[in-house]
Formats: sequence, C-alpha cells, structure tokens
Amino acid sequence: MDNVKLKSRLKDMVRRREFGVSIIVVLVMVVVGFRNPTFFTRGNWKDMLMYVSILAFISIGQMMTIVTGGIDLSVGSVVALSGMSVGMIMREYPILHPVILILLGTVFGLGCGLLNGLLIGKGKIPPLITTLATMSIYRGLVVVVSRSRWVVYGDITDGFKMIARGNILGINNLMFAALIIAMVAYYFLNHTRKGREIYAFGDHQEGAKFAGINGVKINILVYTISGMLAGFGGVLWVSRVHTAQANTALGYEMQTIASCVIGGVSIFGGVGSIVGVLLGTLMFGIILNSLELIGIVDFWKLSVQGFIILVAVIFDAILSHRVMERMRKQRRMFDAGR
Amino acid sequence: MSVILKSWEFTIFSLLVVVFIINLFLSPDLFRIENLFDATLTFTEKSIVTLPMALLIISGVIDISIASISAMSGVILGVCFKAGVAIGYATLIGLTVGLLAGLINGLIITKLRIPSIVVTLAMMLFYRGIGYILLGDTAVRDLPERFGLLGGAYSVTFIPIQFMIFIVLAIVFGLVLHRTTFGRLIYVVGNNANAARYSGVPVDRIRLILCVVTGLISGLSGILLTSRIGSARPDIAQGNEMAVITIVLLGGVYIFGGRGTILGVVIATLMLGYVHYGLSILNIQEQVIRIVTGGLLIIALLIPTISAKFKVREKSLEGG
Repeated sequence: MDNVKLKSRLKDMVRRREFGVSIIVVLVMVVVGFRNPTFFTRGNWKDMLMYVSILAFISIGQMMTIVTGGIDLSVGSVVALSGMSVGMIMREYPILHPVILILLGTVFGLGCGLLNGLLIGKGKIPPLITTLATMSIYRGLVVVVSRSRWVVYGDITDGFKMIARGNILGINNLMFAALIIAMVAYYFLNHTRKGREIYAFGDHQEGAKFAGINGVKINILVYTISGMLAGFGGVLWVSRVHTAQANTALGYEMQTIASCVIGGVSIFGGVGSIVGVLLGTLMFGIILNSLELIGIVDFWKLSVQGFIILVAVIFDAILSHRVMERMRKQRRMFDAGR
Repeated sequence: MSVILKSWEFTIFSLLVVVFIINLFLSPDLFRIENLFDATLTFTEKSIVTLPMALLIISGVIDISIASISAMSGVILGVCFKAGVAIGYATLIGLTVGLLAGLINGLIITKLRIPSIVVTLAMMLFYRGIGYILLGDTAVRDLPERFGLLGGAYSVTFIPIQFMIFIVLAIVFGLVLHRTTFGRLIYVVGNNANAARYSGVPVDRIRLILCVVTGLISGLSGILLTSRIGSARPDIAQGNEMAVITIVLLGGVYIFGGRGTILGVVIATLMLGYVHYGLSILNIQEQVIRIVTGGLLIIALLIPTISAKFKVREKSLEGG
C-alpha cells in the first residue's frame, strides 16, 4: 500500500522534475553561451542534435528496462556489434539499399536483446549480471566477427552516408527517427495495455503477478526492444561517424543511464516518462557539448558522467526517502488519532 | 561422503583438475613447478580482490567499482612518486586512497540507502575518470626497482610474493568468514537484512566495514599490478570487475547473498586463472577471452535455475 502511494507521489514529482530539468537546461545553455558563443552556431547545434538523437532513442530502450526494475549494460556493445556487422555487409555488397542495411542492423540488435531477455526472464539471472556478461560477449564478438579489420571511411558508400546526412520533411533523418520513436514509445507506454503492464511490473513485481501480468514476457519484451533500438542506433552511428571499430560506443550504456536518471527515471523501477528521458538526453548532450566547448579535455568525461549519475541517483533517493518518511508520519498520526 | 561429492566445491574442484590436465597438454612446461607458480602471476592481482568481494556479496552488497579503484590507486601512487614522495609513502597513500574509495561507496550505500548496483556503477566511472584526469595519455614509468619487487619477485625460491599475499589473505578471510561471529553475522545479513536488523545485528556497520575492506584490497591489487608492469597508468585492470564477480559466483557464492565459502572462491580463482592462462597460451585474443569469461558467468548463474528444475523432478519421482 505504501509502495503504491509512494510511486504515485513520485510520479507527480516527475512532472515537477521535468519542469526543473528544463529550467536547468536553459540555464546551462545561457552560461555556456556566454563563455563560448560558438555554442549557438547552427553547425554546433546540428552536430549536437545529431548526437543527441541517437542517444535519445537508445535511452528510451534503456528506460523501459530500468522501469521494470532492471538495467541494460549491453547497449554500447550492441551498437558496436550491429554497426560493425552492417558495415561489413555494406563493404561486401555496396549495392544493397540503405534501408535493407538498417533493417539488418535492427534485427541483429533484436537478436542480442532477445538473448538478454531470455536469460533474464526465463533464466532468472539478475539483469545487472546478465547484461554485464553480454556486454563483454557482444563486445568481444565485434572483434571476432570483424577479424580485426575495422570498417573505415573508404568503405562507406554514399547511400549509407545519406542515412545520417539526409533529411525527411526538412529535418535531419536522425532527429526524425528519434521523434517518431519517441512518439510511438509514448503511445505504447501510456495508451496500450502492455505498456501499462510494464509500469505495473516495475512498480511491484509480486503484485503484478497476482494481477495476471506475465513477468517473463515483460522482461523478454523490454530487453528485446532495448536491443532492437540499440541495433538500429548502431547502423545510424556508423553512418554518422563513418567508421566502425572495436571501441565504437565504448561506455555508451553509461550515457543512456545518465540520460534516464537525469530525466527522472527511478532506479527502483515503476517511474519514468518519455518526455523526461528526452529532456534528460538533451541536457546530457548539452553538458557533453559544453565541456568540449569550454575546453575541458576528453579525460574528464568519465568522471563527469559518473558524477552526474551519482548526483541524480542520490537526489532521486533522497526525494523518495523523504516522501516515504512523510507518508509514515501521516500514517502514524492517523493511527494515533484513532 | 555423498555430501562432499554433491557439493559445489567438489564440482569446481573437478573442473579445476580438468583445466589443469588440459593446460599440461597444451604446454608441457607447466610440469615444472616454477612455471606453475609463474602462471599465477597473471591472475593473482585479480584474485586477492575476490576474497573481500565474496564476503561483500554474501552480505548482499555488490561493488563493481573495484577495477576503477585499483587503477586510481595505482595512478595516485605514480603521481605522488613523480611529485617527489618516497615510494614507501606513495604506496601507503595508494592504499589509503583505496580505503577511502571503499568508505565513500559504503557510506552512500548504507547511509543513503541507494542500491549498491547503481552507486558502484557511477563510482566505477568516477574513480576510473580520476585516473585519466591525473595522467591522461601518459604513464609514470620510472618507478624504483625495489618497488617492482613487490609484484614481480619471489619468496621461498619459486613462490611469487604476490601469491604468498594471496594465500595469507585467503587464510585470513577464510578464518573470519567461517570461524568468527562477524563471519556468521555476514551470512545472517545476506539471508535477510531486515530480520537481522530487528534482531539487533548492526547490518549497516557490517556492510560498511566490508565495503572499506574491499576498497582497501582493490587498492592493494592496483598497487601490485603497477608494481608488476613497472609503470603507473590509468588503463590498468580493465574488465577486472567482471572477472572477479565471475570467480566469486563460480566459487559458489549466491548472487542474492547468504551462501558461499572461501574455499570455493579459491578453487574458482585457480580454475579461472588457469583457463585464462591456457587460452592465452593458445594465442587467443584478450577480447575473445572476455567472451569466454562472460559465457562462464552466465552459465554459473543458470545453474541454480536449472538445478532447481531437476530438484522438482526428483521430488515428484520419489512420490514426495
């Protein structure tokens, strides 16, 4: 009972949280703009938004896994594996239409995600350990599959480059993809039964089981989606950076987790919104971009990411503990009044 | 007798024997005892961390920042030395850094009640990042010879100092876990933390102590690694956290806490260590070995699920 009320209070806070994050995003933009006006140039924004777009939809996949109370540490490796595989296929068969390559990449990601989902849902292995292991396995497969021959700029066909560079309806392909995926995900999570079941399962696994929700299927579903989006992202990634190698997207999963956590997705599960994730991703992208522009070297990126995740998680935890304390006090007062 | 045969420790001991025999085939040099011990050098640094990690997991907490703490300690040692600090003191500072890192982890986990998974995930990045911030692309190469002795030298003719450290620590941790009240309490905490709290067991303090010890030993591991390779750099110990967790889980420690023995962990250390050694003799790349490690981790975790299914079948066969 407490748990349910806690989660609904947290959901209210998420809405306030989204507002708060937007304010901070604006503030950061202003400050950085002053330090380095290059921030506001069209070129910088386009680059940044292209980066953020891919991060956004992969983070949406990550969000689904976190909402069910799990986590997907393998996304970076899936991006690399799908990107490398598709890159190699493109190199061998340059005549293949980019759309086919995109489909292939998505299928590869789906396979990787499905394996995760089966191990977690049916094998009952904790998501952290499973995805920690598959993170290494998939990453290792990148080297094995490619036989250490990376995909380089010369291998990229013009058609493939257009995946990242082209425009649909006036906006960049990547941003378009991110928006469409966000809208579909929003509809799925908020207006379909399966989507609501995902939240219910994350809220209270036991209770969900009693309500007839099949936990195994939910787990398989969310990790497959996460893998699928990562696979899709892998193709777009290679198209954007024109290369695929062993360390592609190394550590990327952390960025998706950071984006989710900033965006109000609760580590305890059951709470999170698409809008929040988008805002969190945007903020994270802006922070990364600003660090570069202010002149902070690459080497700080790791610590900054870790710090951001830590701060966001502590903030989240303090909030939920405070809400729980308040509810406990109310309960005690109510009981005493009787 | 059947209890011993059915025990997890016996299973992995048999696997160890198998791995050993295969290795002997692959490189007959191993027949010489000096080479046997030399091989341990490749995995001893990781292995010492498995000991406190086992205790930590039994108590229900996980720490995936251990590799980053190792790297950070090594880097800080190098940086201090470069700044003119005597190597002995630099080593102490490195150890203290590890201890402090463990303390920070433990405080955030116990005082702020945040799941250890997430905290140590964030700290993993943070500590590793500090190493890179301090040294970036560079390394501190001119460490004194005496320092190199710690990681690379031998005591008692052919037994490396590192291995001796491992054995001593294994005995200490084994005694603490299996022969002291503190050790018993660790199991209690892992089995049911809430019940333990209501029984007056200082759950948070126990977990905090274990986090601190884990941090300290991770620091030691980083220092030993730095000593063996001869230079302080921020990119050491990559993937160690996964190897350590794999070893601990393969050693029979239950991921959700409450079960496991030091003996199992030691056997698993040797087994995985020699598997790694054997694979590298075959010239298999590091990346591929990671695939094998990852696969082993998954298999290790599938076993409870699969054996549970077998137990159900056994029971229904017996008509019970």
